Amino acid sequence: MNALIPMYIIVPLGAAFITVILGRWLASIGKYLLNFSLLYLTGLTFYLIIYAPQTLVYRVGGFADAGGIPIAIFLVLDGFTKILLLIISLIGLMVAFYSISYTKQYTGEDKFYALFCLMLAGMFGVVIAGDIFNLYVFLEIASIASYALVAFGIEKQQLEATFKYQVLGGVSSLFILTGIGFIYWTTGTLNLADIATQLPEAGFFNIFVSVLLIGGFGLKAALFPFHSWLPDAHSSAPSPISAMLSGVLIKAVGVYVIIRLFFNIFQLNYEIAMAITVLGTLSMIIGVLLAVGQWDFKRLLAYHSISQMGYVIIGVGIGLLVLTRGGSEKVAILAITGGIFHMLNHSVFKALLFLNAGAVEYRTGTRDLKRLGGLAEKMPVTAGSSFIASMAISGIPPFNGFFSKVIIIIAAIQAGYYWLALFAVIVSVITLASFTKVQKYAFHGELHSKYKDVKEVPFSMAFSMTLLALICLVTSLLIIPGVRGAILQPAVDALLETARYSITVIGI
Amino acid sequence: MKGKKTSLHERERGMTLVVKKICQFIAPTIFLFGIYITIHGHLSPGGGFTGGVIMASAFILQILSDGSILDKLRQEKWRLELTESLAIFTFLVLAVLGLLIAATAVFFGNFLPAGTLGELISGGIIPIGNVIIGIEVCAAISSIFVALLIFKDEESE
Amino acid sequence: MILFILCLILFLIGLYGVMVQRNLVKIIIGLAIMEYSVILFLVLIGYISGGTVPIISESFENVLYVDPLPQAMVLTAIVIGLATKGLMLSVAIRLYKKYGTFDIRQMNTLKG
Repeated sequence: MNALIPMYIIVPLGAAFITVILGRWLASIGKYLLNFSLLYLTGLTFYLIIYAPQTLVYRVGGFADAGGIPIAIFLVLDGFTKILLLIISLIGLMVAFYSISYTKQYTGEDKFYALFCLMLAGMFGVVIAGDIFNLYVFLEIASIASYALVAFGIEKQQLEATFKYQVLGGVSSLFILTGIGFIYWTTGTLNLADIATQLPEAGFFNIFVSVLLIGGFGLKAALFPFHSWLPDAHSSAPSPISAMLSGVLIKAVGVYVIIRLFFNIFQLNYEIAMAITVLGTLSMIIGVLLAVGQWDFKRLLAYHSISQMGYVIIGVGIGLLVLTRGGSEKVAILAITGGIFHMLNHSVFKALLFLNAGAVEYRTGTRDLKRLGGLAEKMPVTAGSSFIASMAISGIPPFNGFFSKVIIIIAAIQAGYYWLALFAVIVSVITLASFTKVQKYAFHGELHSKYKDVKEVPFSMAFSMTLLALICLVTSLLIIPGVRGAILQPAVDALLETARYSITVIGI
Repeated sequence: MKGKKTSLHERERGMTLVVKKICQFIAPTIFLFGIYITIHGHLSPGGGFTGGVIMASAFILQILSDGSILDKLRQEKWRLELTESLAIFTFLVLAVLGLLIAATAVFFGNFLPAGTLGELISGGIIPIGNVIIGIEVCAAISSIFVALLIFKDEESE
Repeated sequence: MILFILCLILFLIGLYGVMVQRNLVKIIIGLAIMEYSVILFLVLIGYISGGTVPIISESFENVLYVDPLPQAMVLTAIVIGLATKGLMLSVAIRLYKKYGTFDIRQMNTLKG
């Protein structure tokens, strides 16, 4: 069982290297390698969730602890990690299947698939890394692959967007490296579990390093003051890459690390928890207010990503605040469940929305909502799945967005933060208004004469969109206690045992 | 094609014969120094990456001093890229071999004997890893340089 | 102590370059200076007073070595920096070909 853990790094890296080697002779080997490796990894994730519910620890190189100090490189898979592995592999599989037909318009297709595999390897590495420097290295692998992918079809908009993304991403990576330097200086170790035992008690140093790390990882997660790269990068990228960036990357390398650091590694601190919650609230409100006035389909979706990430951060932040105050543990469980469930839901419906925008652009050649119209009769699959995704993101029952938003709002009311609950409801209503506008202008209304003979998108794109719409319905079943106990409950438990994470991993 | 030959001939006048010949003498020495640093990576500072950069600088010195080999480089560029991909794939295979060989059934396990401290052949798979990474870095940096050069040449037409 | 303050000054010089400069290449140079200052900081962390180079020679019994772990981190960080700068410079060259200038004030097709 333990020997299967390095597969998450070996398989995508191997697929990437073989694609580059054989790509000059066998033209379409990249597609097959990417899809089969993601199929294998999705199966492996389901197998690990069902048959191995305990925390798995793997020592690379096999070095045993020397004198009680862990010196090997650790790969750790606990409950929270498994949810993220599920998100990355499942959404990655859908997007990879979609991009079989989408990338026919680009030359150099094998380089696209090699970069995609490298980005996946980076994301898997961040999520299962057990020490903080390997986390940084895999974070850089994923980021550099994503910079190259955003600029893939080399147009003016894409190059300008990726340059802004690269400079801001580079500065944030330097903040993270400085934070890692300070952590090593004080604790003398790089292992995450060992850092948790060696950090000094709450004081100036903790707050200083926390600020550096929130600044660095907050930019990767597109929190409020650090969100300015996201609309450009996510709207100019090719559509499968937008779906991967907005649906998976900002969660795997941004939100996951923030949650892991401030629940399990650093001591619970009231000011940092309050800062995180305030930043989440501001992202939620400002994201949706900026999205209302947009007429570019993908730019509107990118601003909504900022807002929905605010929901996730609010959910987790309320949990952190309740735990710091010593409040009731049931409220903390409810809030954290809401936050993590919303993370899972958002990846599904946001990826579906970006794939729909890509399908519309593939057939009509434009993203401007004012020029589209009446596509529902010509592209039924796209219109149907877009309708389902719009209802899910606005929080309409019985789709998955409703349940996670309701849990977050109830947790906010029970914890005593009535203003947060009010803001969450108002933002949800504004989201509904925004997506009603999208549906009306893109799919209903009058069909422009220029688009008289658009057809439905090719089979692979339609199939993956339909499957994602089905998953939107199926994930709302995660509320049922039996299914929730298998998938969501281990994640919340892994986070709730705050300082006992180090006991589980290295036994100290 | 005729226009390209004139522009190359104009540029060729930049470096004199003395510079070209001296660089032809020095480049193998630099390459040998790079090999020394790569192989002694487990005994002295250096290793795969720094040795690879020094080996690449030997190639870059040749290209900088003698611009007329650009045509031949265009044809043979695919060999550099193939070398780089094969080298990094061999490194991954080396790491997976640790998983498969039953003596140490762990990823990146060290399955060759450790030897005595301070000898050239010691330390298990670490010197082999250094050599593979040295080849990879040399090919990668040379191919970046050649790609930028071909791009500049196409743009200034 | 004064070495750390000099590292901070170098970091701020690089940050000035990224924020204020208008030429694409100067922004990249500013980012490179920031990165080298962080690398210097990492090497300075590992210094132990009276320590020597961490290379094992014949007698390694009672010798004080400086910390070799930050040096390994620095080697990795330099390689990551090389990849980042290589990609950024390629994008800058392509931008020059599309717009005809390196000035970032001329590149504003993405608004709102």
